[in-house]
Amino acid sequence: MQRIINFILRNRNAFLYGFLAFISLVMTIRSHSYHQSKFFNSSKWLSGSIYGTGADISSYFGLREENNRLLEENKQLRRLLFNRDDDSLPVLDSTLVNYEVLSAKLVKNSYTSPRNYLTIDKGKLDGVQQDMGVITTMGILGIVENVSKHYATVQSVLNTKSNINAKIKNTEYFGSLIWDGSDYTVAQLIDIPRLVPLVVGDTIVTGGMSSIFPENIPIGIIKKYDLNASRSFYNIDVELFNDMANLKNVYLIENKDRNEIKTLEAITTNE
Amino acid sequence: MNNTVFINIFRFLLLILAQVLIFNNLNFMGFINPMVYVIFFYWYPIKANRALFMVIAFFLGFIIDIFSDTMALNTLASLTVAYARPVLMRFCFGVNYEFQNFSFKNTTNIQRVTLLGLMILIHHLIFFSLEILSIAHILLILKKVFATGIVTLVLCTLFSSLFSPKTE
Repeated sequence: MQRIINFILRNRNAFLYGFLAFISLVMTIRSHSYHQSKFFNSSKWLSGSIYGTGADISSYFGLREENNRLLEENKQLRRLLFNRDDDSLPVLDSTLVNYEVLSAKLVKNSYTSPRNYLTIDKGKLDGVQQDMGVITTMGILGIVENVSKHYATVQSVLNTKSNINAKIKNTEYFGSLIWDGSDYTVAQLIDIPRLVPLVVGDTIVTGGMSSIFPENIPIGIIKKYDLNASRSFYNIDVELFNDMANLKNVYLIENKDRNEIKTLEAITTNE
Repeated sequence: MNNTVFINIFRFLLLILAQVLIFNNLNFMGFINPMVYVIFFYWYPIKANRALFMVIAFFLGFIIDIFSDTMALNTLASLTVAYARPVLMRFCFGVNYEFQNFSFKNTTNIQRVTLLGLMILIHHLIFFSLEILSIAHILLILKKVFATGIVTLVLCTLFSSLFSPKTE
């Protein structure tokens, strides 16, 4: 016994190293196989507010560009409004509205790691919930992963764990949008059957199968495609519309029917 | 003594802020985010309690992990650098390192840059191979390790000559 204790005391640094390394390895491997940690992420108040202060300062430098972008978007929306076929105003009865939209500002962006998470400055108190869709004027951005009181983290489409239902515009052929971690301007669309006619430059939009995003939100255009190893499905490289390196204002989409859909699906698979 | 403790706490906080607010957003050439906080392990007093040093390294890495949403990758990498530092020092400075009156002043520049380079290499190798965690992407890992490592080394060398510590 004395010897064992002496041995441990003599090598206490190695044991301490082993112990701490074990803790961090467990945390890393858990996050590889499962979601981002609920307790340690940048939506917490200290990291959130430091990022918030940083973003407050740096946002002054991009004001002109951001203004132009919002003007451009307003122009598009006004064009839509003026060119409506019927002149009746849209009915804004809250029981008929399916999707609720919130706006938020990005306080932390990241696109170089294989698993990118973004942080936004709206949280539980502003009505943000887990699994809300996040988009920008240009297109799709990601899905809300963790929410604290004032901040939330977003799993970017540039995340090897991301998997989003997408389809080719004006058709009903759908597949999954994933990311292989190499280039931040290009995501991959898989599981499109080989009989589908494809053209480089076709637009890819979100499909209606997910309860997170509404249908037809732009994602990107086909950059190149080839058949996968089994030669029955296409692997398509999609060039994203969003410039992931240059983001500021984002919109969050809440599907009011999501809970109903989820409950229904849960019941169906249980039976 | 108190002065050293105070300076190290100050460095700890300042390096975290510099890392998460500036260097994590650098994205030089699209993918290079130098991890300059590694210089903390170079600046930390030599004759210090090794166990305490490892615990500090653990928390330094952990706080940066929380900020950058990388789980425990920085933690593991910086913990390993802290654990390996005495070995690396013996390798770079030879037996001189064992003496009581050893300090950075009586070492050559080459020796110091080698130490810094080895620390950065170990740190980045662990960080990127665990971040990508796939043998198929070994070239991507090596590319990231060397590109980021060289930028980190240049920045750390600049920092160490700009803010050379007087206490050591």
